[in-house]
Amino acid sequence: MADSQAHGGGLFERAAITGIGETAYGRGLQQGSALSLQMQASLAAIADAGLSPRDIDGVIPVATGAAVAEDFITNFGIPDLRFSATTPMGGASCVAAIQAAAAAVASGICRHVLLPIGRTGYSGTRIGARVHEMPQFRTIGEFELPLGNIAPAQIYAPMARRHMELYGTTSRQLAEIAVTTRQHAILNGNAAMTKPLSIDDHQTSRMIADPLRLFDCSLESDGGAAVVVSSAEAARDLRQPRVLVMGVAEGHPDSPSVITQRPDILKIGLGKAAPRAFAMAGVKPSDIHVAEIYDCFTYVVLRQLEELGFCAPGEGGSFVEGGALGLGGRLPVNTHGGLLSQAHLAGMNHIVELVRQLRGHGGAAQVEGATLGLVTGYGDMGDGSIAIMRRA
Amino acid sequence: MSDAFAKPVPRPSEDTQPYWDGLARGELLVQRCKDCGRLRHYPRPVCDGCWSMAHEWVALSGHGTVHSWTVCHHPFHLGFKAQSPYVLLTIDLAEGVRAMGQLRGMDPAGLRLGLKVRVDFEREGEGPVLPVFRPEAG
Repeated sequence: MADSQAHGGGLFERAAITGIGETAYGRGLQQGSALSLQMQASLAAIADAGLSPRDIDGVIPVATGAAVAEDFITNFGIPDLRFSATTPMGGASCVAAIQAAAAAVASGICRHVLLPIGRTGYSGTRIGARVHEMPQFRTIGEFELPLGNIAPAQIYAPMARRHMELYGTTSRQLAEIAVTTRQHAILNGNAAMTKPLSIDDHQTSRMIADPLRLFDCSLESDGGAAVVVSSAEAARDLRQPRVLVMGVAEGHPDSPSVITQRPDILKIGLGKAAPRAFAMAGVKPSDIHVAEIYDCFTYVVLRQLEELGFCAPGEGGSFVEGGALGLGGRLPVNTHGGLLSQAHLAGMNHIVELVRQLRGHGGAAQVEGATLGLVTGYGDMGDGSIAIMRRA
Repeated sequence: MSDAFAKPVPRPSEDTQPYWDGLARGELLVQRCKDCGRLRHYPRPVCDGCWSMAHEWVALSGHGTVHSWTVCHHPFHLGFKAQSPYVLLTIDLAEGVRAMGQLRGMDPAGLRLGLKVRVDFEREGEGPVLPVFRPEAG
């Protein structure tokens, strides 16, 4: 507890990620329903931790996903589920769920919380085409959808355009992010995209919503992923090296439901969450060895790097140049290939990869000596979430 | 012809209907708090400055400047396929709230932050009247 006070208290090292699991990722793999995909990934994560499915006593299903807590009770025969919740923040949900899970295990409500996701974003209804069915999109659904503001690429493009106009950020700088992320997907192997991508490939790809080109956009994928969040004490007895959650936070931007009315449209929820997470963890950006940063679009990575404090606002473009985000670069980012090139699992795959890196199990994409890292989530018009972790 | 080619239409609530009625008359209406005078947009029940629910509707001048934009090439909805590419503008209105609308009357290559524009109103077929923005003359 002394450490906890020194680092701002809260949830500092009260929880650990003890299990990780993934299915094969791809497009049209026809490997099962969204429900069965997350069951498969969950069983893998629970086995990875060295737990029985009956040990799970908390679950945070993705709010807009294919499963509810009852499905896990039913399929796993869980005798006494003590905690269930959802964190409906779009792409920020999975990392925000770490905060909810850490609070649940730290308070003693439960010991092992499952965070599952499974989706058939490629084979089933495209996620990008049905965002307006979600209640948090009600405002733009009424006032902007009729104008033609329909998909996330269009919704976020004005942020990227204004960043370019104010700071001189270029499409080639966005390409650097796409190219490096593709290199990492190839090293990972379990990825939808397996062919190298060049800056020129990016620059000649078709325009989707200017300034965002095809290769600035993430994938629609089929797959499942899951992690187990346990109390730091319970984690001592489990199978894997402990990966402790040092700092965790969520943040919501002003005018969270509609970017048009946000006083500063470049602001995102991570700008509020990141300082709190760093203060809780007692570390600073320059201490971070590896970062898994939510990458629904290349621009979103660039802007989060600024809000995380790796560079000043407006300097994200120059920060990412010259392979800075690659292995051996100044900050290795998205070492699994991210949503841009591995699979769109709403960032659960980012959490899995951070834990893998901190265990030293990163394979060909391992960042040498990585023991401290962070993962972010971003979604629903700019909600943000962050978790900073270390290997114990 | 399937309904998939029809543009999405708004489904106003009691809170928002006056905005759409205003557009139908050629007026861009926003809410003004009756207690503190703060303007708010898009329409909603409560003033986030003083939490009053008392409000009135006021017509804006329609003058504004470009805050940002996107040129939409890929039609994510079949109803917009025929007019793609189209430009969505984010506009700083003179009175201090923002609006979104499609660009009319100029090549998007000439867009820049701060460009002066003015609202206009368009109706397509049986659809709702929608705001669009044109560059100010001169």
